[in-house]
Amino acid sequence: MFGSGIIRGLGITLKRTITTFTDDMARVPTRYINSVDTPAGKILQQPPETKGLFTIQYPEEKRQLPEAFRFIPMLVYEEDTGKQRCTACGICSKVCPSQCIWIVRDQTKAGKPIPHPKEFFVDASTCMSCGLCAEFCPFDSIKMNHDYELAVYDRFPGLILDIEELSVPTSYYAALYPQAWKEEEEARRKKEEAKRARAQRAAEARARKAAAAKKSDAAPSQE
Amino acid sequence: MTDIVAEKQLPYADAVPGAVLDADESGIVVDRNRLVDFALYLRNQEGFDYLSSLQAVDYLGYKGRTVDDRFEIVYHLFNTKKGGDGIVMKVRLPENDPELPSMVLVWPGADLQEREAYDLFGIKFKGHPRLRRILLWEGFHGHPMRKDWKEAYFEADHKPFKSRWPEGHYRWSEDRAPWGDNVAYPQGWDPNAFVAPAPPTPKIHEPPLAPGQEHVASDRIVVNMGPQHPSTHGVFRMIVALDGETVVGLEPEVGYLHRNHEKIGERNTWLMNIPFTDRLDYLSSMSNNFGYVLAVEKLLGAKAVPPERAEYLRVIMAELTRIQNHVWAIGFFLNDMGAFYTPALYTIEERELILDLFEAASGSRMMCNYMRFGGVRRDVDDDWLKKARDIVFNRLPRKIDEFDRYLTESEILKERTIGVGHLSSEDAIATSMAGPMLRGSGVPYDVRKARPYSIYDRFDWDIVTDDGCDVYARYLVRLGEIRQSIRILKQALDQIPEGPIMNKKPAYAFKTPAGDAYAAVEGPKGELGYYIVSDGSDNPWRYHVRATSFINLNALEHMSIGYKVADVILILGAIDIILGEVDR
Repeated sequence: MFGSGIIRGLGITLKRTITTFTDDMARVPTRYINSVDTPAGKILQQPPETKGLFTIQYPEEKRQLPEAFRFIPMLVYEEDTGKQRCTACGICSKVCPSQCIWIVRDQTKAGKPIPHPKEFFVDASTCMSCGLCAEFCPFDSIKMNHDYELAVYDRFPGLILDIEELSVPTSYYAALYPQAWKEEEEARRKKEEAKRARAQRAAEARARKAAAAKKSDAAPSQE
Repeated sequence: MTDIVAEKQLPYADAVPGAVLDADESGIVVDRNRLVDFALYLRNQEGFDYLSSLQAVDYLGYKGRTVDDRFEIVYHLFNTKKGGDGIVMKVRLPENDPELPSMVLVWPGADLQEREAYDLFGIKFKGHPRLRRILLWEGFHGHPMRKDWKEAYFEADHKPFKSRWPEGHYRWSEDRAPWGDNVAYPQGWDPNAFVAPAPPTPKIHEPPLAPGQEHVASDRIVVNMGPQHPSTHGVFRMIVALDGETVVGLEPEVGYLHRNHEKIGERNTWLMNIPFTDRLDYLSSMSNNFGYVLAVEKLLGAKAVPPERAEYLRVIMAELTRIQNHVWAIGFFLNDMGAFYTPALYTIEERELILDLFEAASGSRMMCNYMRFGGVRRDVDDDWLKKARDIVFNRLPRKIDEFDRYLTESEILKERTIGVGHLSSEDAIATSMAGPMLRGSGVPYDVRKARPYSIYDRFDWDIVTDDGCDVYARYLVRLGEIRQSIRILKQALDQIPEGPIMNKKPAYAFKTPAGDAYAAVEGPKGELGYYIVSDGSDNPWRYHVRATSFINLNALEHMSIGYKVADVILILGAIDIILGEVDR
């Protein structure tokens, strides 16, 4: 029939509108299932069973970010000692595809390098958010931040993040990456244990050796 | 030279005597004077009817090469009827005379690719009907893909740059004068006397008259559509010659997003290129990663065979990419038709859910950067698999049926699309169309079946074709491909084994054996190929992308001639181009 396409099309939109309204009538609309209320606004899960309206009212509502989410690098420092985990080894700046990481390695007055970054810059305007730096960091120092609201009025120096702006405490990292934090701490604990066990074994061996030496020293006098 | 020829048993020596100069497992080297004969022989007798990829390589300073064979043009030919590995044809050209016959008359699909090689390398193709620049503008000086060409702000030939560590005091690149050492004016060039070249005008083709129709004499006008036209899918410009409302000529103008992806790729290390491939076709970054890692894995050989679980994850991601790309394509196809945004927003709900999966697995919704040489970056947990199963088994089939019910029989859609943008199967093959464009013209050619890569040979699925040869057929093929992807996904999600996801600890810098490799995947838009040449170092010597969207523009003019100007938007929409990939 002539015009049936238009009527059908309008029907689809009408059906959507009605679904959205009836869904909103429910005590918890489907799009708010498992959502979390925070002072900053609602954090939504966007579940697959959402009916009707699918959009998120940003910035009042935000999506829940998965742990894997990556945006701009951050530098993790130990909260109890205040020490940077970074050793200025330079792997992140070598692996960076857009070459946006600049590191000045610290050195003694004599010019001997110290494993500590004196300066550390990330040019957030050329960063591709690829996460290769965090992937290849051997010291769990550089990680990807989840904060994506970076708007500034000037590109230079507003988007050139220095070591102060990049540094976050370990507790911040642990909160963002609970799973990875658990695994890394577990690995670190095992490593420490192995180290301790090795040290203990070495100490025991030393003690045995010393005892044996004492014995052999003492032996002639006994005779 | 003659001694070598006499000693070695060269292929096709009887069929086209003297054409083949040399042959090894990487390809056959053809004499440029016998190229046309040899190409015609391959096409007509051997059935290599599909010119998939054509690229130039500059071997300036490569070990074992001299100025006499500085340039090499590499043709990748395939047989659409038999499938199989195809044939690689190479032509070597000296530095002072880089000219060879054009292949446009043998394979019309060479058109845009030869223009690209001319633009970026300065290779002259004798007999090409409109050999002018395509990605760069006409006033551009030099050919940027040549090894002796340096870009503005040039710092070093290869990354990583020495200035970043250990003395990496930040320097804003804009502070460095762009007119310093990096930029040289051509000799004798005077900015004041420079006249910009005239813009291209489309060649006028007379549309065929229907029987009994009389030609209406009207003034021809040239209409400029784009680069900021709302229906051009990005910064794409079409210069259309109109006779009344009928299209009689069309010139695509591309390159507004050009950043010379391939030159950047040569500066990068092998690993750094993976996030850059995301930015090609930014809707389907997983497939882009997939093609690139396959090409590099081919060079690395047995060292980089991914474990089982990684293979399954790759296939799952690639098929999810296809689904989300196709729902986007269908949605925006309706947008082009005039159904502004409502259907597009309905279809991209499914895409949102798939992007959520990508984000949870890889960390980013669109720039996934997920695949690595010999595996994938991150494992997925059981929750992820459960959610994926929920979407694939329950939600997607229902939603796709819904689209089918609403759209396929819609009176408006059928009126607008059936019989529009006709492209016969012969033309589709000849113009190197790929993906739904080719299958929408009734050619059952799919890289996943023709040359199965990864683990596609394990799954039970069918190639979707449609004999309509029009815009409607392309829509139907896309819809059918979503269903086939769901089929593959159901099997893959059922079968995915436990195990490691990388074959060894990933390295950030490594060397690859010298040589070249071409690997292609069936991306959502068609054959997406990567041709890489290595000189045995940390960086690619040459990195070329067979950009599907770009090559699919070959037939745009052919498909548009004779249709109304409003249909051109539809025809372009049905190609489903992404300008990030076209312009590179």
